[in-house]
Amino acid sequence: MGIVTMPKMGDTMEEGTIVVWRVKEGDRVKEGDVIAEIETEKAAIEIEAFESGVLNRIIVKEGQTVPVGEPIAEIGGSGAPTVPQAAPPKSEPAPPAKESATAPLPSPSVPTEHGERLKASPLARKIARESNVDLTSVRGTGPGGRIVKDDVMIHVTPAPSATPSVPVTTPAPAPTTATGAVWTVGPAPSRVRQVIARRLAESKQTVPHFYLTISVDMKAAMELRAQLNGRGEGFRKLSPNDLIIKAVADTLRAQAAMRVSWKDDSIYTTERVNVGVAVALPEGLIVPVVRDADTKSLSVIADEVAALAAKARDGKLLPDDYAGGTFTVSNLGMFGIEDFSAIINPPEPGILAVGAVSEVPVIEDGYTAIGTRMKMTISGDHRAIDGAVGAQFLQEVKRRLENPLLLVE
Amino acid sequence: MAVIQYREALREAMREEMERDDRVCLMGEEVGGYNGAYRISEGLMDQFGRMRVLDTPIAEEGFTGMALGAAMVGLRPIVEYMTWNFSLVAFDMIINHIAKVRYMSDGQFTAPMVLRGPQGGGQQLTAQHSQCVEAWYIHCPGLYVVTAATPADAKGLLKTCIRNDNPIIFLEHLGLYNLKGEVPEGPDFTIPLGVADIRKQGTDVTILSYSKMIHSAVQAAELLERDEISAEVIDLRSLRPLDLDAILASVRKTHRVVIATEAWQDSGFSRELSGLIYQHAFDEMDAPIEEVTGAPVPMPYAKNLEAMTIPNAETIADAARRTLARSGEFAPITRLV
Repeated sequence: MGIVTMPKMGDTMEEGTIVVWRVKEGDRVKEGDVIAEIETEKAAIEIEAFESGVLNRIIVKEGQTVPVGEPIAEIGGSGAPTVPQAAPPKSEPAPPAKESATAPLPSPSVPTEHGERLKASPLARKIARESNVDLTSVRGTGPGGRIVKDDVMIHVTPAPSATPSVPVTTPAPAPTTATGAVWTVGPAPSRVRQVIARRLAESKQTVPHFYLTISVDMKAAMELRAQLNGRGEGFRKLSPNDLIIKAVADTLRAQAAMRVSWKDDSIYTTERVNVGVAVALPEGLIVPVVRDADTKSLSVIADEVAALAAKARDGKLLPDDYAGGTFTVSNLGMFGIEDFSAIINPPEPGILAVGAVSEVPVIEDGYTAIGTRMKMTISGDHRAIDGAVGAQFLQEVKRRLENPLLLVE
Repeated sequence: MAVIQYREALREAMREEMERDDRVCLMGEEVGGYNGAYRISEGLMDQFGRMRVLDTPIAEEGFTGMALGAAMVGLRPIVEYMTWNFSLVAFDMIINHIAKVRYMSDGQFTAPMVLRGPQGGGQQLTAQHSQCVEAWYIHCPGLYVVTAATPADAKGLLKTCIRNDNPIIFLEHLGLYNLKGEVPEGPDFTIPLGVADIRKQGTDVTILSYSKMIHSAVQAAELLERDEISAEVIDLRSLRPLDLDAILASVRKTHRVVIATEAWQDSGFSRELSGLIYQHAFDEMDAPIEEVTGAPVPMPYAKNLEAMTIPNAETIADAARRTLARSGEFAPITRLV
């Protein structure tokens, strides 16, 4: 007999959404069976039954969001549910003796499946009525479990000017205009997409970004990479990005001025070098972190980045995999992008945008020659670091890439 | 704009109206020769003489009836009660005669008079001298009931009441007489009845109050600001006629209400306001209305006990927090009664 609660799947997780129930009420489950998929701000995770039994009752429905620790289902032997009911309703204020002509009729009380009256404030009922929200699907956070306005607003499809809320899962009909619809509302954005939208918009609006670009001679680095990749089976193949991550990590180790963060009018510092590596997934950008990258060799970094990317593609990243970054590297070179400026991931002090390695005409000793060049652009948070600091960082990363034996020391 | 005491504002109102209209006169205990038990009427007997400023014996029923008689034959008397507790001696005159004479005489007689004086406690005047009377007088059709919490309101409202042809209960407070404030100058400054004063705009909760308690309500709003709760504070001023529109407009904005009164709760004006709000704005309520009122006991003498029976900024702020509390949260209760 046991209550399944919303698990805490990471330090910062405060709530989760039931994406889908893999079992239904009455199904037999074995310990270890996957019973549901849950989405947090950053990842989707499967949860397993912790004991065998019958799934007696689903408490939280698909699409609903509840805080960590809240009961979401009950697994039992058989028989009646044991989850304690909401507190008995306290007496409501006496209804008016007569109603004025303009006062709307109160909505009828909605009984729950256990026959008790649903507690909702008059305002919550009114909004639910006007917005076609089913009160039985709303979770009440008021005293005694009363549904209040904020609880209903979560289920209300936002109008263009309304405050943001969790979108409904069915697409709204396309708006028609005199000239015909151009944009059609698609399926609800995934949580990852929502988080990207919120965090990066906030970053662009609040962090004073500056941008510095430098060009790196990658000839030596690419030659070293070719040599290392020629060691045969049993050695992880390095990508150019692995060298860049190592160069960045070592530079951050050496340059304390880059290990800072601006938050709430204070400057924070760190001794750690946790490099986030941007990975593009169909559902959005995610940045797993290579912790203490400065202490790891090229091969270890390469192994870790490959493993994290695979985990990310399979949707199996845990919150600890993407928390705690102190700097991010974003590489669009594989798309042929020459250079770009990335948006800083707060509270990090900067992000390095890396372009493609390509053959370009260069001037050497007064003559044109063919050079192997790559552009890197740092976006810096000017509250935490200045142009000179960012420039020094770029110079040092460049130096390590152009003298790549430094990376294998 | 002059800065004067509440008592001076009342005095100026009476003086200006007596200068403006010969029919206005003042009567009460110690209002003349003694220059007023609380110096409200200081100098008025010197200026207007014994026929317009009357010292009465300690006989509330008698001089209240006398004032009504004067009003019925054309004068416009102001009756001062040393405290409103003593009006209970004249209760029959007020309820059965002053309130009803226009109706019962089909308008042949009217009672254009103002009954004024201090009510409320906090001065260790104990049980029989610390009561709030608004509930008893609002209950009776035929009487207007007005309060003033600042010198400006005292002057503007008292002048309006003296010019009004209805019998009006004008409720002051001993704790306000020394209060200084800006008062517009000039003999034509009046404030209309039935208009509340929005002392502070807010969005999360509406705090309704009047008379001395409004100052505690404003302080409560400041306490709530520190917790990022935005309270709207409304001084009702005239209780009848009541500015219901202002109240409902605020409720439609905040959806939560706290009512703070010094008076008792049972059948009190706070319950009246609650009833009106539930009746007219039921669908706007996101939480039950919180009432913070005088404790249901005769006012104690001991200073510490007296303080416990009267709402203050902390208890009012706690009531506001209760309207915003969520399930499982600690809902502050600081009242001992």
